[in-house]
Amino acid sequence: MAERDSETKILVIDDNRIRASIIEEGLREAGYAHVTVIVERLPLVRSIVEADPDVVFIDLEHPQRDVLEHMFQVSRAISRPVAMFVDRSDKAMIEAAIEAGVSAYIVNGLKKERLKPILDMAISRFNAFSRMRDELYRTRKALDDRKLVDRAKGVLMKLKGIGEDEAYGLLRRTAMNENRRIAEVAQSILTASTLLSGDK
Amino acid sequence: MGEPEKPFAIRAGFIPLLDAAILIIAKIRGFAEEEGIELTLIREASWASIRDRLALGHFDVAHMLAPMPIAASLGLTPFGGSVITPMCMGLGGNAVTVSNAVWHGMNMAGADNSGDPMTMAVALRSVVESRKASAKPPLTFAVVHPYSSHNYELRYWLAAAGIDPRVDIGLTVVPPPYMADALAGGHIDGYCVGEPWNSAAVVAGVGHIVTTTTAIWRSSPEKVLGMRSDWADQNPEAAAALLRAMHRASLWCDSPKNTQEMVELLSTPSYLDVAQSTLMAGLTGRIALGAGQPQLVPEFRSFARRAATFPWISHGLWFFSQMVRWGQLELTPATLETVRRCIRPDLYRKALGPLGVALPNASSKVEGALTMETPVATANGRLFLGPDGFFDGLVFDPDRIEDYVAAFAIRGPSAISD
Repeated sequence: MAERDSETKILVIDDNRIRASIIEEGLREAGYAHVTVIVERLPLVRSIVEADPDVVFIDLEHPQRDVLEHMFQVSRAISRPVAMFVDRSDKAMIEAAIEAGVSAYIVNGLKKERLKPILDMAISRFNAFSRMRDELYRTRKALDDRKLVDRAKGVLMKLKGIGEDEAYGLLRRTAMNENRRIAEVAQSILTASTLLSGDK
Repeated sequence: MGEPEKPFAIRAGFIPLLDAAILIIAKIRGFAEEEGIELTLIREASWASIRDRLALGHFDVAHMLAPMPIAASLGLTPFGGSVITPMCMGLGGNAVTVSNAVWHGMNMAGADNSGDPMTMAVALRSVVESRKASAKPPLTFAVVHPYSSHNYELRYWLAAAGIDPRVDIGLTVVPPPYMADALAGGHIDGYCVGEPWNSAAVVAGVGHIVTTTTAIWRSSPEKVLGMRSDWADQNPEAAAALLRAMHRASLWCDSPKNTQEMVELLSTPSYLDVAQSTLMAGLTGRIALGAGQPQLVPEFRSFARRAATFPWISHGLWFFSQMVRWGQLELTPATLETVRRCIRPDLYRKALGPLGVALPNASSKVEGALTMETPVATANGRLFLGPDGFFDGLVFDPDRIEDYVAAFAIRGPSAISD
């Protein structure tokens, strides 16, 4: 039966709402109109029966993976045979999915070639989300580092009666000599000054 | 393929449960390092992910449910591959918990706070029967995984009292941390899980502990170290070093003087991430079955005592017998041989023999032959085993699996349930 791709029903199970909506959006843009997202814990069975999916994506870090696999084994409501799409013959595909942090299950005997573009999309969106999260983390860290350095400069200026540039130079030289990051040196200065001044 | 020079880099997956202790302690108390191992622990949220990542080679070894390496080696799980069990990660640690409503019904039918499996199962049977008589839907019990010791032990317990787990109740899967919530929400009526997730329901006032799996099957195994067999073949030195490190960790964990430190180490966010007080009950065996005074549950858990880490072939074969019993696969010379080959006491002996550890001379035993703690024959030193065996008095002879399975009145594939 040659259904059109746009008819394929896709279910995404992910606790992370932001990531789930990023995937959903990507799939809709690619012309998949039937995308359901589950972000609640319970009851999974009813939601899955209602979604009646051809393919299920679940976050690899989701504890409900064991529940899902068990349901596929026993549930009368989801009685069509299910296999993890990624069978042993598709090691590269599995690798890519697991590296991205997503696991895929095929329902209704959906054809592999029809699944591939959907899986590719899910993988790329999962990866994009990870990159975004890393980027956010780095940005935050850079901001935090800058705050640390600013505060350490303040301590040095007050303690040694030097200017801002000099205080920064001192930090940088110390970091180079000790082979540490400037932020780490700043942190030690702040820790020491807290201890020495008895502030909480 | 030659082995890498020390340090041996080993990657291990684990699920944040109390029974991952000897693997976690091997790392954080330095036992792994002393054996020249650089041990990387990776926390996972599901057994499915543990299985996939072990099969893919992301992990070399993993904390696993005892039946998992068997199921994987038999090809019962998607994407398993050949996984061996060179070491057990301890005995016991599980219990069965029911909702307050079910407990009330059991109480009316004569259940007490003894934790005695037969008394409890008979009381539960009256609840099941009275529900049937008044046309109420069957009770639903949860386990953590279809290929788990919990699943086989819970079914064994029910069936021994005449409750048919295929038709009289529903069985479902719930992740351990969600069990108490699912019970409180009325999604399930009872469950079998490891600590601290039984005590969690009692503390929350939503359930009652009725019995323990070490009362159902004494000295029963729970988690094992699963190892990719190709990795074990290519890295014999690293594998042996890991078994030595985990053995030393198991002695440390079993010593009561270390319990407080162990709770502190395991409760941290990178490992189990639960309150220290919650872990205590499952470690000390001082468990409150219901609201009120905790009692000391005998033989609740052991990490080292009574050869707790020895990978008995008979343990693996009992799980296999139950897989056959419930129609998960057929008993053939080939499946039997696969299971026998996946439990590897030979690797355990090779690694620990040189340390002078007391090892049993046998690799398989008749489960139920020991009714009390018994000294057994060893090549070096004194070793006490047991008591072992099942609460209904049946004996499992691993050389007679076919007869054993055939003798069960309740057996066969499950009626499909939701």
